[in-house]
Amino acid sequence: MPHFAKPAEGSWTEHYSELGTGPVDYTDSVDPAYYETERAAIFSRTWLQVGRAEQVPKTGNYFTKELTVAGTSLIIVRGRDGQIRAFHNMCRHRGNKLVWNDYPGEEVKGTCRQFTCKYHAWRYSLEGELTFVQQEEEFFDIDKGAYGLKAVRCEVWEGFIFVNLDPAAAPLADYLGDMAKGLEGYPFHEMTEVYSYRAEVGSNWKLFIDAFAEFYHAPVLHQKQAVKDEADKLFQVGFEALHYELHSPHAMISSWGGMSPPKDPNMVKPIERALRSGLFGPWDRPAISGLDPLPAALNPSRHKAWGTDSFHFFPNFMLLVWAPGWYLTYHYWPTAVDRHLFEANLHFVPARSARERLAHELAAVTFKEYALQDANTLEATQTMLKSRVVSEFPLCDQEILLRHLHKVTADYVKEHRDATASAADTAAR
Amino acid sequence: MPPLPPPIPLPAEFAALEPFTDWVLASERERYAKRLASSMADMQAFYDAAFPLLERATAYLEQFPLSDLPDAERNLLLLMMSLVMVSFPVEVWKQARVPDSGAAYLNVVAEPRV
Repeated sequence: MPHFAKPAEGSWTEHYSELGTGPVDYTDSVDPAYYETERAAIFSRTWLQVGRAEQVPKTGNYFTKELTVAGTSLIIVRGRDGQIRAFHNMCRHRGNKLVWNDYPGEEVKGTCRQFTCKYHAWRYSLEGELTFVQQEEEFFDIDKGAYGLKAVRCEVWEGFIFVNLDPAAAPLADYLGDMAKGLEGYPFHEMTEVYSYRAEVGSNWKLFIDAFAEFYHAPVLHQKQAVKDEADKLFQVGFEALHYELHSPHAMISSWGGMSPPKDPNMVKPIERALRSGLFGPWDRPAISGLDPLPAALNPSRHKAWGTDSFHFFPNFMLLVWAPGWYLTYHYWPTAVDRHLFEANLHFVPARSARERLAHELAAVTFKEYALQDANTLEATQTMLKSRVVSEFPLCDQEILLRHLHKVTADYVKEHRDATASAADTAAR
Repeated sequence: MPPLPPPIPLPAEFAALEPFTDWVLASERERYAKRLASSMADMQAFYDAAFPLLERATAYLEQFPLSDLPDAERNLLLLMMSLVMVSFPVEVWKQARVPDSGAAYLNVVAEPRV
């Protein structure tokens, strides 16, 4: 008997009948050829979230983003007109990487009036125009207007900066669709105190999304994080989400979370009681507007025990909004079929007192304790999947977002392969 | 003899924490590294001294603007941030490392300034 109501079909998975209920093939996480197709079919064609508007608040603020998966590096910069733009990080003269410090592979940030190439001092405006050519008279009637930086589609939703390498892509708002629409108005812009984490993980990018897209694992893998009685109870009860919603290619899971604050203070550790904070964040909401009422997409089942919602924006961006008024983002940047760069950012309303700062610190330290346990299972899974001893795995109803992710990925890959095959066919005729 | 390192001041009423000023560390990376390099006995001793003063410290620090803490008060806050760091080994794990975390790592690459 479920604790929380499921759809009339009897399960979340059957409610979305296109998903099927059969075992899921994980060859998609170990096959190098499949990965190469993902790079072209997905990462070179969908909207990728690369930063926040607060990273470039003023004219001339910029940062670079290494997009290894799409084989390029980008400059994201705010122009004199206030607009945020993205360019390939490449000088038009002879292809030197334009913006970098000591190590060309490391991301950088800063402020400038113009971009000057280290190699021959060609200069570009913040809007990407070529403005200066060293010894211009040595060139052969060069038309500076034809040698601006190569622009990349760049659009902003609620302060989240997205890029798309496909010039023909539909607008960002269309791509993000209804799920994003329902989040509009949340005070993301107030949550500018940021803790950033990074790790290189020895697994396919989808496996870490899998790990964060279900909480079925939580009472087991993280059992020792809770106080003993509470852990036993959680293990016994297992996990059920409050609600799931698919807005393909995106999806969300809504979860309860009675720990902020807990019903009984003895459910939590002494440090949590002392600082009134923990995994779900500070127990006391920040004094800002926009948290009550919440935008419609949050806590969709309107449950009083609501704790957090995780929104997965395909392909590799997750946004978690927590009941006590803060948010967390995850990014999974593939670097090989069996490796990816994981990034996490915790966003709080800036602390006004040492007490608030310590409450944030406890949430941040707790986040890392959990994430380390999550990350460590991944390499083990990748190794065994690679053996291909078994390729198909049964996923339960609480793993609907995983089933959806692997299906959407397969759909993109198939569409791309079909289009490539038909183009080759046409060329052959 | 090499010169002694400059003393790390704490507010007078928290003098009891002076034996633990090696936990006054400005970044998560340093605090986490010290945790991994410390024995449970050392972390327990620090926890036992600092935890009972946590409430008093947060109340005391309320008097100062967070963005402009004097040195001694900043040190006290950093010390309490180390208390948060050791609370996991002491209250839950009974070991410095997160259990079942093996070779996994997660580096803090940016954090709010204190």
